[in-house]
Amino acid sequence: MPDPHTSLRIDASQVRLLTRLCNACAVSGDEDEVRAIVLEQLRPFVDQARVDALGNVLITRQGNGRNRLKVMLTAHMDEVGLMLTHEEDKENGIFRFEVIGGVSERQLAGKRIWIGRKHIPGVIGAKPIHFSSAEELKSVISLETLRIDVGPGNSSKVQIGDRATFATQFSRLGPSLRAKALDDRIGVATLIELVKKAPSNLDLLAAFTVQEEVGLRGAKVAAYALDPQISINLDCTLANDLPALNQTDSPGEENTRYNTRLGAGPAIYVLDKGTIYDPRLIRFFVQTAIDQGIPYQIRQPGSGTTDSGSIHKERSGIPSLSISVPARYLHTSAAIARLKDWENYLRLIYAGLAGLSPAVLSEPR
Amino acid sequence: MKALIQKLVEIPGPSGSENLIRQVIRQEIEPYADEINIDALGNLIATKGDISETGLKVMLVAHMDEIGIILTHIDEAGFGRFTTIGGVSPVNCVGGRVRFLDGTSGVIGKEKATNTHNPPTIEELFIDFGVSRRQECPVKVGDVAAFDRPFIDLGARLVSKAMDDRIGVAVLVDTLKRFQKSPHQVYFVFSVQEEVGVRGATAAAFGVDPDLGLAIDVTDTGDTPKGSKMEVSLGKGLAIKIRDSGMLADPRVVEWMINRAEKEEIPYQREVLLKGGTDGRAIQLTRSGVPAGCLSIPCRYIHTPSEMVDFQDVQNAARLLLELLQNPVRLGYAE
Repeated sequence: MPDPHTSLRIDASQVRLLTRLCNACAVSGDEDEVRAIVLEQLRPFVDQARVDALGNVLITRQGNGRNRLKVMLTAHMDEVGLMLTHEEDKENGIFRFEVIGGVSERQLAGKRIWIGRKHIPGVIGAKPIHFSSAEELKSVISLETLRIDVGPGNSSKVQIGDRATFATQFSRLGPSLRAKALDDRIGVATLIELVKKAPSNLDLLAAFTVQEEVGLRGAKVAAYALDPQISINLDCTLANDLPALNQTDSPGEENTRYNTRLGAGPAIYVLDKGTIYDPRLIRFFVQTAIDQGIPYQIRQPGSGTTDSGSIHKERSGIPSLSISVPARYLHTSAAIARLKDWENYLRLIYAGLAGLSPAVLSEPR
Repeated sequence: MKALIQKLVEIPGPSGSENLIRQVIRQEIEPYADEINIDALGNLIATKGDISETGLKVMLVAHMDEIGIILTHIDEAGFGRFTTIGGVSPVNCVGGRVRFLDGTSGVIGKEKATNTHNPPTIEELFIDFGVSRRQECPVKVGDVAAFDRPFIDLGARLVSKAMDDRIGVAVLVDTLKRFQKSPHQVYFVFSVQEEVGVRGATAAAFGVDPDLGLAIDVTDTGDTPKGSKMEVSLGKGLAIKIRDSGMLADPRVVEWMINRAEKEEIPYQREVLLKGGTDGRAIQLTRSGVPAGCLSIPCRYIHTPSEMVDFQDVQNAARLLLELLQNPVRLGYAE
């Protein structure tokens, strides 16, 4: 019988789903557009699907057989973005705004954006080069001087409190995917697929969380509610591996802070600012990758947090692991990931789930 | 007790890698505890005693973990790059030695300074394993090491890395061994991952759900040349914590500790710490809240490889802890 894990592929329908997810506007606190897609996709497949007080989608899919492990998988529905804060010129549709989540000021000037659930188009105006002084050209254009411009036509269609995202359409570039919000729509798409194809040896608890980008907030209450035995978080992490940074011209010129690399496979976490990941789960997934011949990499220990940061400390503690798809240029208007990394990611997590049992928690740490 | 302290401090056990120290502590307490459990995050929890009508469920916590480093990259020439686990200052690293859990040793070197006025950053440091190529490096990305410095007994004073908080662990182990009759049920928690944000204690406190909590940890002193403006000194007694940056100790708990210390004529000091936190905060904020405080052991040079404590202070801390447990608790609730 063919190994079920190797038959898991990323096909056209999954790329279409990821397209819908990435093109949706769901900035932290208003995840409705993505939530609707998740519920539409999964209601036919699950025993229980509910939306909690914060907007997390909590899903249970029971397995069969004795002694089943209760495993929670999480992926966050929200993306970083902007929020309109002040109507400066109602007639002309000029607004002040704030950033939500970690968006650098350096990413903003001149960008096209979509505002609200109706994706009203706007632009973040920037002073052209002709009118900029030499001094101005040296520094970052600060948030205080930027404005969102929707023009007179659309000024009545947007209001204070509306959220906005970069206006990037998903596209396939050969072996790569280019989109906004790969962090973490690629995790959401993967989790949807894993719930649909859930292996029967465990009880699968899926949490599509809210407000990760502003402090891992949805995951905290989701973990409290679902109370799993272990938790695996699906996210997207930075690849800081541009070829120019990898040239070893001389000793000490190596890129020592790449975080992860494109093409090197799913990235397994050991330690970040929020979590020290469970060594038994790390070893289990590394061994699974080796046994199944799936490429993998270790995400460099260092900064950053994932939903595991709030999950692992919940209740009396939940052994946790994060595994991410690597992507360049996260938290900007367009990120790039490799289709092959996504496929290996899906294969690895599925293979891991199919092999998990309560025995993993009896292992020495 | 000095032998126990030496045994405990010399074990490598940075946050998240507490296996070795947990095993050693378990061996020490196994013959004495009523029950021993290891929870989901690796906290070692031992219970003693039954709760009497006037007794409380008391949680005591000392953290097993120490600060350390974790490898982020091995370069072509076999040098390792690292990041910190817990509050590690680059200044205290240069020229130091590290020991990995498998026994591998390394030396911390630094890049040549481009600006000699600024102290080095972690990114400018590296580990030298004495090899010449990446393939020869005995450890890999993600491996964890503790600072390596042997224990020295100066007589009245003891010096080692990881006094924070193996000295607290020693006090807790000693107390557990000498624990006799008590109206209380006591949970002796040896916690994980305190140095990265009191994470173990957060989960342990939820699980234990105590009526009263006390952390046993080190605190700074103000008695070194041009040192912190702090009243606590080595050799003047254990410290009763009133405030640190993570917790305002419950005044009833502070009063309870002071009253018992005065009754038993155990020298103590009142402690206000400007910067730093302990597992006590995690207990205080668990569930619907718990009256909590901290019994501190004054310590010089915290978070360096040569932390110094006064042995009498340590013995007095153990004395007070035992007296506190063996007597009823009256927290003076204002009704």
